Amino acid sequence: MTGHPAALCAAELASGRPLNLSRRGFLRGALGAGAGTLILGVGLPAGPARAQAAAAAPGTNVPAFLEIRPDGTVRLLSPFVEGGQGIFTGMAQIVGEELDADPAVFTVENAPAGADYLVIGGQMRITGGSMSVRLSYPVMRRLGALARAMLIEAAAAELGVPARELSTEPGRVVHAASGRDLGYGALAGAAFDLAVPDPDSVTLKDPSAFRWIGREQPRLDVHDKSTGRAEYAIDIRVEGMLQAAVSHAPRLGLTVGTIRNREEVAALPGVAAVEVLDGAVAVLAERWWTAKRAVEALEVDWVPFDTLPEGWREMPADFSSADFAAALAASEADETEAEAEGDAPGVLAGAETVISATYHSQYLNHAQLEPPSAVARFNGDGTLDLWLPNQAPEQYQSTVAGLTGLDPAQVRIHSPMLGGFFGRHFLYPAASPYPQAIELARRAGRPVKMIWTREQEFLRDPLRPMAAVRFRGALDGDGLPLAIEAVSATEGPTEAINGRGDQVDPTALEGLTGKAYAIPTRRMAQAYVRNPAMLAYWRSVGNSMNDFFYECFLDEMAAAGGQDPFELRRHLLRDDARLSALLEAVADLSGGWKRGPYDAPDGTRRARGIGMASPFGSEAAAIAEVSIAAGRVVVHDVWEVLDPGQAVNPALVRQQVRGAAALGLSQVLMEESVWQDGAPVARNYDMYRILPPGDMPPVHVGILESGAQIGGVGEPPLPAVPPAVANAVAALTGQPVRRMPLSRMSFES
Amino acid sequence: MQLTVNGTPREIDAPGDTPLLWVLRDDLGLTGTKYGCGLAQCGACSVLVDGQVMRSCVTPVEMLEGAEITTIEAIESDPVGARVVEKWVEHQVPQCGYCQSGQVVAATALLKEIPEPTEEDIRATMVNLCRCGTYNYIRAAMTDLAGREGETL
Repeated sequence: MTGHPAALCAAELASGRPLNLSRRGFLRGALGAGAGTLILGVGLPAGPARAQAAAAAPGTNVPAFLEIRPDGTVRLLSPFVEGGQGIFTGMAQIVGEELDADPAVFTVENAPAGADYLVIGGQMRITGGSMSVRLSYPVMRRLGALARAMLIEAAAAELGVPARELSTEPGRVVHAASGRDLGYGALAGAAFDLAVPDPDSVTLKDPSAFRWIGREQPRLDVHDKSTGRAEYAIDIRVEGMLQAAVSHAPRLGLTVGTIRNREEVAALPGVAAVEVLDGAVAVLAERWWTAKRAVEALEVDWVPFDTLPEGWREMPADFSSADFAAALAASEADETEAEAEGDAPGVLAGAETVISATYHSQYLNHAQLEPPSAVARFNGDGTLDLWLPNQAPEQYQSTVAGLTGLDPAQVRIHSPMLGGFFGRHFLYPAASPYPQAIELARRAGRPVKMIWTREQEFLRDPLRPMAAVRFRGALDGDGLPLAIEAVSATEGPTEAINGRGDQVDPTALEGLTGKAYAIPTRRMAQAYVRNPAMLAYWRSVGNSMNDFFYECFLDEMAAAGGQDPFELRRHLLRDDARLSALLEAVADLSGGWKRGPYDAPDGTRRARGIGMASPFGSEAAAIAEVSIAAGRVVVHDVWEVLDPGQAVNPALVRQQVRGAAALGLSQVLMEESVWQDGAPVARNYDMYRILPPGDMPPVHVGILESGAQIGGVGEPPLPAVPPAVANAVAALTGQPVRRMPLSRMSFES
Repeated sequence: MQLTVNGTPREIDAPGDTPLLWVLRDDLGLTGTKYGCGLAQCGACSVLVDGQVMRSCVTPVEMLEGAEITTIEAIESDPVGARVVEKWVEHQVPQCGYCQSGQVVAATALLKEIPEPTEEDIRATMVNLCRCGTYNYIRAAMTDLAGREGETL
């Protein structure tokens, strides 16, 4: 696994503070009179005996996760937030398998913050790092098995037979000897009042007996999502709330000096208040549109902070991303080795052929379609309800507790469905509306909903880091690689967020490190350069750019040595059975490797490229076919094979491969957050271009279940795609591609 | 002013220059129509106005007096819309789902205008953005809706 989101919560884990949520109290708070017209399905299953299990190991307190209704339908609170990846369906399959209940009868909701849900290693949970299934799989299976054991025990009492004489069929307990059976719905009341059995007392199913794990199971959320019924944070409405809009300072590091027309704007029809916040002005109104128009009318003189809030970076007035890229390439910062094998400087000094090149990546926005929002409501009993898009409920809970002086148990985090996330909704300083909503609700004495406009979002969205990587490669007399060296001038997202440690941030170099090719001498190092911009995790994190660098330079080494890039990979992976199989699989899927250039039947001249990556515990290989039309790169087809070891739901895996491929294509073809004069040039989708449907090629997907340890799915298909495209373009043009996005370059058709 | 939304006349007291999107979401509680960009760039806010697709984030409500507005909430009451939803489910199109209200509305508008759209018709009109990259699935559902043999992904 990669450590990044885990590292993000290390500080919180270190506090070791158990969260002591009273479930009955939670239920009253969520559904009680104060909730008004609250239209959320939150709240936990009611019933006695909930408290007794409060000290149970995370992932074992069955009633905190499961409710079985009289009609036999199952409600599951998922420790992982649904944001498009299909985790609700995956969790229903995994829990349903051992519970012996059809995933189709499940409704799944996001769990609140609380110790019961820390199912990753019994210590934490976040939705990210492609961790959800791979790191909770045995725990969530065992949860289902524990629930099934409780239902059997209740049935034994009801039928007056020993539990060992009972078995289950989907949704019911069966006593074969007497031909009697009882539905789960009739048993659940009694069953979930029983003590949860010893977690070690249950036996998990043999995989050969699986009914649902490993099968294509329809998603549980597609009808709601096709009819507008799915509810996101931006849709939440609570009784009596005011709506808020904000204008941030043009650069982080500035705050409000004077507002020249405050009285005028405060007097506009429908405006409730004009408020000054850290680095921003806000307007409260009954209608959001009123607030937005009013806040944009404010004339503000921005001045530097006396003391910058913790974690914020000061953006210089003359910052330019182009100048910063040049500075990275020229950086003479100290090099810290992350991976070294053999004497790279010595081999490079003595080799017959040495090539070198400098590669660049760009800043990227997350650009999830749902703009950030937050709803904050202080309640009469001193508690705070907070609805916000988030990938880490407990981290937000403890941060909000620190911010407000409340006890964490008084802070209820509601995690609605995410309108895309891609790394956007971790806890980043200055990057989310929840502190503003909380402060405004406190001042107004009413609940407040804050929505950021797209323009405000693109001003404060923390960025995928950029890097400049200086490569050197040595070849032997046969043109085969002897040594590879990469020095990346960059800052990793984890060190940017948490501060620099004494080790290389693994999220800075992953994808340059950990490559499987049998190149005998290697040196991968970081030259740390601090960014003035705020940085973040972005789908597939370091791998999102580092596999592009490595795989493209590997093609340059192949070209310098007179090798075919596919054959070279085959040679370098010859002792790795898993990756050799993957390489053959992607070639087969594409109809056999051919590099080109060649003439396609439609008269276009095309070529293919290949890329491979080993991200987040899985293995991926992609081939792309391109041509050039009107000076632009056109991607005609992508073939990609993912080996996640084991697939819980192949249909979901294919969706994730296609979706991640789309994001990889978007990155390599057109995306870039360009900064000039200390500000992002693009503040909306008109200038920050993301892949439109017309540029999406068919993505042909293969899944290889090698049986290796289960790996991630959401992120791993992305990193192989950009180098596959870039290498295809290089094959077509004869010129290496050393920089993303390709829209920066002009091509001759 | 009065608006007809999903077949029901509604009295609206929002300022006339308020975009339809915010009247739907804040005045009428119809939150299925989404805010994505506010600039008619992404299409998440698409609704039908007299059967034509319109981006509600840039459409002042005062222009719509007397018009018939259909939002995603009522899309299944329209026989074409119901077919689109059925195929969206069959082809498992949505991932995060945030753009899909707009996608379903755009598909419905196209199929009401052209019952058997060509690939070129689809390419020219299904232009809404999807950050999850469900485009292959949208294409598969549209090909099916257009009555052509296609791949089930």
